[in-house]
Amino acid sequence: MNQHLVVVGGGMVAQRLVEALRDRDTAGTWRITVLAEEPRRPYDRVALTSYFSGRDADDLALGDPELWSDPLVTLVRDDAVTAIDRDAKTVTTAHGRTEHYDHLVLATGSSAWVPPIEGADLPGVFVYRTVDDVAELRGYVEKLSEDRVVKGAVLGGGLLGLEAAGALQAMGARTTVLQVGTHLMSTQVDLGGGEALRRLINQLGVGVRLNAMTTRIRAHRRGGVGRLELADGGRVDADVVVVAAGIRPRDELGRASGLAIGERGGIVVDDTCLTSDLDISAVGEVACIQGATIGLVAPGYAMAEITADRLLGGTSSFPGADTATKLKLSGVDVASFGDAFGETPGALEIVWADPVGGVYKKLVMSDDARTLLGGVLVGDASAYAGLRPMLGRELPGDPAAFLLPEGGGGAPELELPDDAAVCSCNNVSAGTIRGAVTEHGCTDLGAVKACTKAGTSCGSCLPLVKKLVTTELAAQGIEVSTALCEHFALSRAQLYDAVRVSGVSSFTQVIERFGTRADGRGCDICKPTVASILATTSPAHVLEGERATLQDTNDHVMANLQKDGSYSVVPRIAGGEVTPEGLIAIGEVAKDFGLYTKITGGQRIDMFGARIDQLPLIWQRLVDAGFESGHAYGKSLRTVKSCVGSTWCRFGVQDSVALAVMLELRYRGLRSPHKIKLGVSGCARECAEARGKDVGVIATDKGWNVYVGGNGGFTPRHAQLLAEDLDTETLVRTIDRFLLYYVRTADRLQRTAPWIEDVEGGLDGVRAVVMEDSLGIAADLDEQMAQHVVEYEDEWRATLDDPEKLRRFASFVNAPDTPDPSLAYVPERGQSRPATADERDDARPTPHHEPVLVAGTRLEVRS
Amino acid sequence: MTTLETTPETAVWTAVCRLDDLAPERGAAALLGAGQVALFRLLDGRVLAVQQHDPFSDAYVISRGIVGSRFVDDVEVPTVASPMYKQVFDLTTGRCLDVAGKTPARDLPPDLRTWPVRVRDGIVEVGS
Repeated sequence: MNQHLVVVGGGMVAQRLVEALRDRDTAGTWRITVLAEEPRRPYDRVALTSYFSGRDADDLALGDPELWSDPLVTLVRDDAVTAIDRDAKTVTTAHGRTEHYDHLVLATGSSAWVPPIEGADLPGVFVYRTVDDVAELRGYVEKLSEDRVVKGAVLGGGLLGLEAAGALQAMGARTTVLQVGTHLMSTQVDLGGGEALRRLINQLGVGVRLNAMTTRIRAHRRGGVGRLELADGGRVDADVVVVAAGIRPRDELGRASGLAIGERGGIVVDDTCLTSDLDISAVGEVACIQGATIGLVAPGYAMAEITADRLLGGTSSFPGADTATKLKLSGVDVASFGDAFGETPGALEIVWADPVGGVYKKLVMSDDARTLLGGVLVGDASAYAGLRPMLGRELPGDPAAFLLPEGGGGAPELELPDDAAVCSCNNVSAGTIRGAVTEHGCTDLGAVKACTKAGTSCGSCLPLVKKLVTTELAAQGIEVSTALCEHFALSRAQLYDAVRVSGVSSFTQVIERFGTRADGRGCDICKPTVASILATTSPAHVLEGERATLQDTNDHVMANLQKDGSYSVVPRIAGGEVTPEGLIAIGEVAKDFGLYTKITGGQRIDMFGARIDQLPLIWQRLVDAGFESGHAYGKSLRTVKSCVGSTWCRFGVQDSVALAVMLELRYRGLRSPHKIKLGVSGCARECAEARGKDVGVIATDKGWNVYVGGNGGFTPRHAQLLAEDLDTETLVRTIDRFLLYYVRTADRLQRTAPWIEDVEGGLDGVRAVVMEDSLGIAADLDEQMAQHVVEYEDEWRATLDDPEKLRRFASFVNAPDTPDPSLAYVPERGQSRPATADERDDARPTPHHEPVLVAGTRLEVRS
Repeated sequence: MTTLETTPETAVWTAVCRLDDLAPERGAAALLGAGQVALFRLLDGRVLAVQQHDPFSDAYVISRGIVGSRFVDDVEVPTVASPMYKQVFDLTTGRCLDVAGKTPARDLPPDLRTWPVRVRDGIVEVGS
């Protein structure tokens, strides 16, 4: 009989505890019940702010959802624990549930602290702690935004206050942060850093008032909040107020049951996370460990790991909190770690400041200027991932070199010791990451992430993890080959550049100049890749001369090969908009050629079962009816899906169909490393599911928001916000550049989501290139897209006009009009489908089988 | 006239098409008796014939694969990749060089059958 662990609280630390215990408790000695007050599974509270930038609550899900279907794990949601009976060893919940425990873990976290100010209970005053808080705040601001520009105020200029301000700003509210102290983020950064931070925050359009003590919140005559009154007599108008003045541990259960409580709150625990009752532990923000409560997730995770280890008889204990923090606010880079205030006796501070660029960096070193004790990085925190693990260690060379802008100072390469913590969220050391490569055979970043969990929470250490992996692979003699295939030692991106710069325009020239062997004739990997590259560097018809030899069968016959060797045909239906005449024409073609028809996910019609020799006949009919190739066969733009938009929809704010049609006609035929799909939604309801597309456009009342990197497929991803409230011209230019930058630099068959991860700097890096022209290539990209638009021609129409090109559609070179006798179809639900192998066998009469109907390629099913 | 490949025991040569009917470095299907062959014209003028039936997908599609070359035992051999699941075959011997992680359908052998081909007076003939 196993023992029963009861966990009170369903936050991030509780999730980690359950995950860690289930991971290690292979014998199943503990069954676990988690009692959570919120109505949902544990979610990523650290990423709450991203919920504002359009993410769904579901995106905040933590870890593997399978954890909650584990038979040894029970998650009770929406039921708060109200009492602990330490003698009976039971807990009781609000809904009357009683659970007996062998061991109890309190992981109740904190609540937002609202100072006792008059008016703090008015409608329009919010805290910023749970998904529900954020959703209510969003709903309130959206409602007010209907008839005015909303003014927002945030009480508190700490980490959470700034994130809340960023979120309010993102919703279109004019926001002011009121900080009681002398500078922003005063717990983490010094005065100089706070000043640099204030300038960065101002640049975002957020106001900052320092030394601003709010004494009263006054109601507006229309109801709800209206104004703040400050101790210095000042006033700030505000339609919505977010209180981010601090957090207080939720230690009430501990108090009521007589556990030792810390001087400033929190349930007192020892270094093994045990409370004054040895059958009860406390972890996370509610625990007062080493004399203090800590409002950060990494120390909470460490406590969860220790508790899991101890429950299984381990001996680990709390090493002291890693209080390193990084602000997660787009456009503002702030990091603080170690002894950020130089409080260690004799500590030396090395400061580098660039007030113009809004950069402030400080390293705190030991008295001999050799050992790193801490630091503050504002405006440029790129050194954070590398420096943080060096805490308490000697830095090689002149520490000042680490503060200079990247590439400017020649900072020495940091060789991390194996025990240096690289990922503090998940407590993964450099040695563990190296071990993933050397002992577990991981050969890329994705595998190392899956193996070690490094970088899977906040992600700030990913650049460092990637560097460690690459270095270790190289040291192992495992060459991380980016070579395309045996014919080219270059990667696709390198080959693209080589071809573009040299201006060569045929495969023979490309392989002679850039191939590994002059007599090589390529393969099914490099030939389509070169065809795709040439399609945008020197555009020509897919079947033009030598180009025809490079194409996969799909591009070669401009249709999609199906499992029996027949093809499917998809005419373009731009934006999913089609006339009744068009529908009838497609229907008649399908009927006359006996094709199976199905509506695709991209809002068009696929016709299956066409023989290769039928393709020109089918297309002659389609072209005559005004259709053109839909490029469903190509690694190229597929469709731009749209909702019906403001022309018909009661809720639409922009004409999404018109934009979708325009975009589809602009990018049609654009050859790319993989297929590209776009979507346009006419309002925030997002009926076009645009965020599942490589480029998703969502209408706002001020313009268009553009999201990038959404993919379906094997690894589905939601697109991330690239830019907001663009006018149509800027939107189109942004998409132009995004698509061509992808076309130029992605790997073969790499979709946009993994490509963005690979771009230096990730999404921010992509944004810098396409929005701010950080590489100075924007004009070049614009010109290249202009050329694409001008030179586009319908591949099918051009083919029908050229007898030479039509010759390749013969079924047999010695019998061009004889249908392939191997094709056989059977009826199903009123249409035809390919016969299975068994059905073909059954069709041959034998003594034991009645023959079933198997017809050739003209099966009549609608007689 | 060029005779590019002959096999002494070839008894019957069947004229299939003109050399000009074949596009360089692409395949074409041809009917041969009751069966189907895939013909490939290489850049050097050679014409090679293998079975049109793809043993891995059980479909008649080999002629629609991409022609290439691969370094096998220090020799550059001409290849075709099945358009269906991308197995690579040596066009001269029919040998499957890369099963691409799959096994043939219905326990078929993975290699392709080959036929001798000669070109006489611009006419492509397949021996059987």
